[in-house]
Amino acid sequence: MSRYFTEDHEWVDVDGDIGTVGISDYAQQQLGDIVFVEVPAEGKQLAKGDEAAVVESVKAASDVYSPVSGTVLEGNAALGDNPGLVNEDPEGAGWFFKLTLGDPEELKGLMDDAAYAAFVAKL
Amino acid sequence: MRYLPLTDTDRQAMLAVIGADTIDDLFVDVPAVARFDGPIAGLPGHASELAVERHMSALARKNVAAGDVPFFLGCGAYRHHVPASVDHLIQRGEYLTAYTPYQPEIAQGTLQMLFEFQTQVARLLGTDVANASMYDGSTACWEAIGMARRITRRGKAILSAGLHPHYVSVAKTMARFTGDQLVTGTPTLSAATDIDSLIAAIDTDTSCVVVQYPDILGRIADLAPLAAACHAKKALLVAVVTEPVALGALRSPGEMDADIVVGEGQSLGVGLQFGGPYVGLFGCKEKYVRQMPGRLCGETLDADGRRGFVLTLSTREQHIRREKATSNICTNAGLCALAFSIHMTLLGEKGLRELAMVNHGAAAAAAERLAMVPGVELINTSFFNEFTLRLSEEARPIVRSLADAGILAGVSLGRLYPGEESLANGLVVAVTETTTAQDVAALAAALEEALA
Amino acid sequence: MTINASGWRPERPEAGAAAAPTFTGNKALMLEEALIFEIGDTATTGVDFTGTPVEHATEMPARAYLAGLDRAAPIGLPGLSEPEAVRHYTRLSRQNYAIDLGLFPLGSCTMKHNPRLNEKMARLPGFADIHPLAPVDTVQGALEVIHQLAHWLVTLTGMHAIAMSPKAGAHGELCGVLAIRAALEARGEGHRKVILVPESAHGTNPATAAFAGYAVENIPATAEGRVDLAALTARLGPDVAGVMITNPNTCGLFERDMRAISDAVHAAGGLVYCDGANFNAIVGRVRPGDLGIDAMHINLHKTFSTPHGGGGPGSGPVVFSAALAPYAPLPFVEKTAEGFRLVEEETAEEHHAGSFGRMVAFQGQMGMFTRALTYILSHGADGLRQVAEDAVLNANYILRSLDGVLDAPFGATGPCMHEALFSDSNLAEGFSTIDVAKGLIDEGYHPMTMYFPLVVHGAMLIEPTETESKAALDEFIGALRSVAERAKAGDVALKSAPHFAPRSRLDETLAARKPVLVWKDPALAQAAE
Repeated sequence: MSRYFTEDHEWVDVDGDIGTVGISDYAQQQLGDIVFVEVPAEGKQLAKGDEAAVVESVKAASDVYSPVSGTVLEGNAALGDNPGLVNEDPEGAGWFFKLTLGDPEELKGLMDDAAYAAFVAKL
Repeated sequence: MRYLPLTDTDRQAMLAVIGADTIDDLFVDVPAVARFDGPIAGLPGHASELAVERHMSALARKNVAAGDVPFFLGCGAYRHHVPASVDHLIQRGEYLTAYTPYQPEIAQGTLQMLFEFQTQVARLLGTDVANASMYDGSTACWEAIGMARRITRRGKAILSAGLHPHYVSVAKTMARFTGDQLVTGTPTLSAATDIDSLIAAIDTDTSCVVVQYPDILGRIADLAPLAAACHAKKALLVAVVTEPVALGALRSPGEMDADIVVGEGQSLGVGLQFGGPYVGLFGCKEKYVRQMPGRLCGETLDADGRRGFVLTLSTREQHIRREKATSNICTNAGLCALAFSIHMTLLGEKGLRELAMVNHGAAAAAAERLAMVPGVELINTSFFNEFTLRLSEEARPIVRSLADAGILAGVSLGRLYPGEESLANGLVVAVTETTTAQDVAALAAALEEALA
Repeated sequence: MTINASGWRPERPEAGAAAAPTFTGNKALMLEEALIFEIGDTATTGVDFTGTPVEHATEMPARAYLAGLDRAAPIGLPGLSEPEAVRHYTRLSRQNYAIDLGLFPLGSCTMKHNPRLNEKMARLPGFADIHPLAPVDTVQGALEVIHQLAHWLVTLTGMHAIAMSPKAGAHGELCGVLAIRAALEARGEGHRKVILVPESAHGTNPATAAFAGYAVENIPATAEGRVDLAALTARLGPDVAGVMITNPNTCGLFERDMRAISDAVHAAGGLVYCDGANFNAIVGRVRPGDLGIDAMHINLHKTFSTPHGGGGPGSGPVVFSAALAPYAPLPFVEKTAEGFRLVEEETAEEHHAGSFGRMVAFQGQMGMFTRALTYILSHGADGLRQVAEDAVLNANYILRSLDGVLDAPFGATGPCMHEALFSDSNLAEGFSTIDVAKGLIDEGYHPMTMYFPLVVHGAMLIEPTETESKAALDEFIGALRSVAERAKAGDVALKSAPHFAPRSRLDETLAARKPVLVWKDPALAQAAE
């Protein structure tokens, strides 16, 4: 499985033509305690860069953009009862949604682990 | 001047600290063309407390106070007796001059009161949750329509013909800008409400049906079949209650499965005040709470493990979501919500039920007495404390002539529905615990004379 | 001598002796208070109806009129006797900070003294006990109050007309923006879909514009904290409906280019909305109408002293230019030869056909009109001018007194208006505005406005208002200086402040993750489990 990052701090794990999307550990630290996540509905068509989800912390709401185009398979239902998962395990159990990739070529424009780490270090 | 503590000595000392010669130096950024050398012309100068009191009292005396005459007006604002303690308590400086409780550690008075208010309102309306109040019933109503649009993603709202015409007018104004399609109608001067035609009108484009309970003519209908019909088409039922005291006698809209229940809380604690400030009530089912407009107070713990209260779910609000807020509301009705809550606490369930039956009993007696007047016909077969009479002549001129004779006879439908021939002879009469038998006798006698 | 052994000396506490927790949880006058649901019950009432005109019986034949919809199930509303109720609400009130207790430095909120004459006048039965639908001949005094207040507000602002009905500031903003939209549509310019808003604007501005159907774009600020006129002018075009400007702006600075901004917007076919939240800085000295604006809301609960009431009620009348006057909402008061009348839907057709409609039931916040008019009459034109001067003087005194203590991002560009803006840039690593705020609570003050405007890092916006004495200002400056120095030195005790308030820091995460918005009987909740 390969993981890619965007400059907006989303990640996508790719397994075949299924992508799992979430936000990075850096992002959850910046957001503070997360209280609610609005995930996209099954079947929703997303273009790369579209607003896909909303993350609410106590005092702010932040938009999450889809790193790639595709059709949503499911949103992470576990976040309904436990939005804190995003703080605890942002790059694992705190995933936001899965989608079928529309255009795998888009992955070429994203960063890998090392490149993202370097990018964050400069912020 | 009595509200300005600074003396000229203070001002000089402060200017020195600032390093300015005169106060005008601090207004240096104001372009010369917009500056004035002295006070703006055409306006009087300052006045003593005594002088202001004289001026305002003279204006107050030009109005006929409801308590001084036989009084029967309702239609969205009701005259009830507010216990003396309410007004004293809300004038405590810690309530009157406090701000929105954004710093919860030093605002637990306001926050706990709001939590109690929300609970009282939710129980009264029969909903799972309620917010910390809206401006008034009419804005709560259009916010409910907006909320139904967000939840159902549909753009057509059906408004009952029995909904207060001002509320309809507000909804129409807002719909012009939001693009909602509104289906509206005019009430008929008959005993039946329009529940059946509402049920027939619901389709898969409908976001919600908005119905008033009791309606503008005072009529009561079972909302349960309407709720079922809405839900069958995945639409929401919005119920509007303009007289909350009615819910001390009548089954609540929440119990009849309404999704959103809004109302006007003015009857409790707030007083007539010529139309404002009032207090909007807003309740809904638990599953819709994140779509609710307005402020919300929630329970939590402090760092020492003690129970406390905070404003919560703020990310719905305008100062956070900016363009994506659930509404542009910034203010709740604060002090009016407190007055409502104190009055409700003094009443308690027992007192509310008694108050409701005193109202209803007085209204039933008055309706039967007035129906005996030649030329007067009672329209309603159902009502709580407000009913509609059909007079043998146009009602509006009669209301005016009775006013000249010192009787405030009620609201003519000609005032609320100008130009509607079919309603011109209608008079809506409200009776509360403040109405005496002599008041009713005076009205009956005056109507008899006017219609002879 | 005869020794009268009633000797007494003050007890000197032993060094290190700590107070034991009390049985009640109270700390002398700091009193804990339970919920009405925990102390009241549904069989208790503090009201009685004995002697009320119609004696009720337990089984009324009248019930036949209730359509068989009796409320049979228990409602769950507890009652208290009058003494218990008075005690409950009095004890709760003591857990609130308020203007009556001390300086309330909230920027852009104008927490000035709320005169009690206002309260007395509003409660005269001739104002308090009149129905909004009463025949207008019976309420001429009320209509005259509205008319007089309207005249004052129009004259003070140098505008043409006014809508009195909006219920609060945000409601007034909506009124102004809807009038702009109606005006543009009437001109055939309905295709203009963009409204420009400074980055420093209060969140209600873009929220209102979005509600009214507009796309919102930001206007950048200059290094001097004002709207960048060049950037604004460059963006104007046939798709721009107008701008929403706050003046003085949210950084407490007067927009020097306001006239030029208005002229540029008008030249490009747009209209100018002014957020009047900061009117206290210029009331009686500057007329916004002279600066070319088309609409401005006025917060009666800010500039004109009506009480904040713990979050409301407010009142937000909107003044209009001649260009927007025809579109003002219903209803409004008109003076005729026969007296005052209300223009509602009925007469709008003839006289006011351009109105965008009714925004609220009835006439607006009459109770706030009587209070505001009382206040305005008390001050008069000369007094109101003094209000603005003292407000600006007090803010500048705070700004200069904190030189070298806190960073003032625009302190070097000139005087501020009625509010002073600081940032948290010179605090110790890991310390920010919230720590200063919570430390200020322990000093006996409500914190200043925090983290607003967004354009300054860790913004602290302080508006003392004109009703603070020099002594009160000096005491506040001393307290803020003390807390700021602690924050610059990295005093960790600030991190867990407030220590002395009725509650310590509250868990807002818990409140948002698991919202508990109504009380639930724990006995029932347990039974359900």
